[in-house]
Amino acid sequence: MSDTTAGTASKKSSFNIVQLLLEGRAFFALIAIIVIFSILSPNYATVSNFLIMANHVAIFGLLAIGMMLVILNGGIDLSVGSVLGLTGVFAGFLMQGVEIESAGVILYPPVWAVVVLTLALGAFVGFCNGALVAWFKVPAFVATLGSLYVARGVALLMTNGLTYNNLSGSADLGNTGFDWLGFNRIAGVPVGVIILAVVAIAAGLLLARTAFGRWLYSSGGNERAAELSGVPVKRVQITVYMLSGVCAAIAGLVLSSQLTSAGPTAGTTYELTAIAAVVVGGASLMGGRGTVRGTLLGAFVIGFLSDGLVIIGVSSYWQTVFTGAVIVLAVMLNSIQYGGKGKRT
Amino acid sequence: MTEGTEIPNSTPDTAEVVLAARNVAKSFGAVQALKGVHFDVHRGQVTTLFGENGAGKSTLMKILSGVHLPTSGELILDGTPVQIGSTVEARDLGISIIHQELSLAPNMTVRDNIFMGREIMGPFGVNYAEEERQCRELMRELEEDIDPLTPVEDLRLGQQQIVEIARALSVNSRILIMDEPTSALSASEVEVLFKVIHDLKAKGVSIVYISHHLEEALTITDHAVVLRDGVMTAYAPRAEIDLEWIVRNMVGENFDLGSPPDSTFGAPALELKGLSVASHTGAGLAVDKLDLTVRKGEIVCIYGLMGAGRTEMMETVAGRLQPVAGDILLNGESVQGLTIAQRIDTGLVLVPEDRQRDGLVQTMTVGRNLSLSSIASFTKGLFTNLREEARIIEDSIKEVTVKTDGPGAPIGSLSGGNQQKVVIGKMLVTHPDVILLDEPSRGIDIGAKAEVFRILAEHAKKGMAVVYSTSEVGECLSIAHRIIVMRRGKIAAEFTHETTKEAIMAASGESLVA
Repeated sequence: MSDTTAGTASKKSSFNIVQLLLEGRAFFALIAIIVIFSILSPNYATVSNFLIMANHVAIFGLLAIGMMLVILNGGIDLSVGSVLGLTGVFAGFLMQGVEIESAGVILYPPVWAVVVLTLALGAFVGFCNGALVAWFKVPAFVATLGSLYVARGVALLMTNGLTYNNLSGSADLGNTGFDWLGFNRIAGVPVGVIILAVVAIAAGLLLARTAFGRWLYSSGGNERAAELSGVPVKRVQITVYMLSGVCAAIAGLVLSSQLTSAGPTAGTTYELTAIAAVVVGGASLMGGRGTVRGTLLGAFVIGFLSDGLVIIGVSSYWQTVFTGAVIVLAVMLNSIQYGGKGKRT
Repeated sequence: MTEGTEIPNSTPDTAEVVLAARNVAKSFGAVQALKGVHFDVHRGQVTTLFGENGAGKSTLMKILSGVHLPTSGELILDGTPVQIGSTVEARDLGISIIHQELSLAPNMTVRDNIFMGREIMGPFGVNYAEEERQCRELMRELEEDIDPLTPVEDLRLGQQQIVEIARALSVNSRILIMDEPTSALSASEVEVLFKVIHDLKAKGVSIVYISHHLEEALTITDHAVVLRDGVMTAYAPRAEIDLEWIVRNMVGENFDLGSPPDSTFGAPALELKGLSVASHTGAGLAVDKLDLTVRKGEIVCIYGLMGAGRTEMMETVAGRLQPVAGDILLNGESVQGLTIAQRIDTGLVLVPEDRQRDGLVQTMTVGRNLSLSSIASFTKGLFTNLREEARIIEDSIKEVTVKTDGPGAPIGSLSGGNQQKVVIGKMLVTHPDVILLDEPSRGIDIGAKAEVFRILAEHAKKGMAVVYSTSEVGECLSIAHRIIVMRRGKIAAEFTHETTKEAIMAASGESLVA
């Protein structure tokens, strides 16, 4: 016991440049990426390019924030990519009009209703994940792996494998405006990026300033202790999966709006990129440690890196190699940072 | 301090003593677990090691079995000094240890467990037939009817213990160390075990025995050694000792842990009515139709051996476990069906036994651990009020006197005693009517113990009902108004604070004839 006490005390006194680099590694990595690519390509460090890249990052960022909440709880959500695809298709399906045969009418819900219903679908898939994990004690990895397949399968069934192309709606049906999410800009900033910022701020407030945030950190850090302290650990668990589902649905809306089409295979393997962003952002896969700021930095590091490699003309195969190397490096640094502290005595 | 006639000398008699520890000391950081201990293992006899929790018994056994190297001192095996660097080396020297928690793979068969890690290899992989033959041989020697192909999880606990012993014998162990072997056994299984021990003695195997069941240990031991605070305090052959001798040497003069506060008892705060809880092994009851009433301002101490049902009783009252029968009343109202969180809100809290596993969130700071149970009290509308929280944390740190760099310090930076104060402080912040503490003094130093008891006594004076459990008899006779001795899920005896340590210990131990 006294060993650890002495160890931590001496660590604190020698707070130095290494410690600083380790703490802010995602931030320094981002700076390094921007500097290196700016030197390599004159087109990289331009406002328009940054906005384009930020728009790409928005999708992963949204998924990563949801993922981070689940990882903070000590779980994992492999279904986010599929949920993104499913919700995109669902939104597309609603935009095409819902035919009610018995009444002989085709309903064209307004865009706001499409958005609300789509988010509800995301929350529902998340609820299923959470219920499986919390009530039926299915390991998170398996439960969400299952819903990864189910959600993707349902998306393919809904479209028969085809893509909904006409998402713009028409003025006489009163359902125009879906493309606003992906194409429009407010003060020059793409709406997708603004949505990411709003979600990030909301998640940040949730974690830092609400009782739920405290419950989440404590049940991720030590579920037994949290439960005995009166934290409703099951409710917290189900809620984080629902929030992750909602984040995936938001990403699904933004992506299908950006593409003005909704394909059933959209978002395949995006869950892996989201996990990578969370890990690069310094969260611990064991739960209990992680921040919104770190996760956003992680998403930007991965997004800016792969877009940068495209701009300087590196083959996409190499991009995959680089992304993998970054992830491994990040996890390695994580275990250096948390290696000593997390140990039980 | 050494009593008795057999004072271990520096040159052990090799005909009599097979393994001797001379002046062995062991430190973990600044903590001295053993301070120069002499210990003799007698050839073909049972040597029992007595001592309270934290006296250094386990450390000494770990040194003998190669888990730890001593900081200083030497081990003498058959007259020659030896270095035992690992459990494998110890095994090669013929020393085996059977831990309290069995180290068997429950999913594998008896045969596979016995030969785990040293499988007999034939030309085509593992020679199962030969393993099975040897396994049957061992079981015949032990006169136990256990089929080598049974999965270990299908065996009763007592049989699993026999498998452990068979494994030790299969490597030709001459010295067998048994750490609390009977704590989970039924009376008939204990009898079988003792018969096996007698047979082993007859075969020339030397046995080192550790047990909290004093009377039980007295029935089989040939020599007794008592440890206290890392020092050997007494040493004698069986013929010269009795229960009273052991207790006197184990407990010694105690640090003053306070006396019962003169509080006026109010209405009953906590009532247990016929409470029964299933045992986690699935067989029998851990708590058996227990009735207990604790009044406001009263401090009740629950003493009992490991497995007496103290933890199960407390966890059931707190809402972690569900009772199979009976009722729990808080201030006259049943708490049946309430969640842990709701029980905390109504004023019933538990400080769990294992603070690392159940008490603290290691990833959070001291302050956030302290405020974890009372988040609702500083949440206004949607958001938490950080200033209000800081005030609550400051007050709490002062009240339970946590020594820390500040609320932002990581919880791991605190000493064990201060961590325990954080766990207690976290619950006191919720202003409970009844506080249950499961072994609050476990693994903390004597100064911190005294402070914890002082804090509890102060709150009892203000009308809080306090129930704490302990396995150190010295702590029963401190602040408690009433001492309850639990045994096999029932109340075995009840004392006022004017009783003696010997009476309490006698009530908790189980004799074989019972």
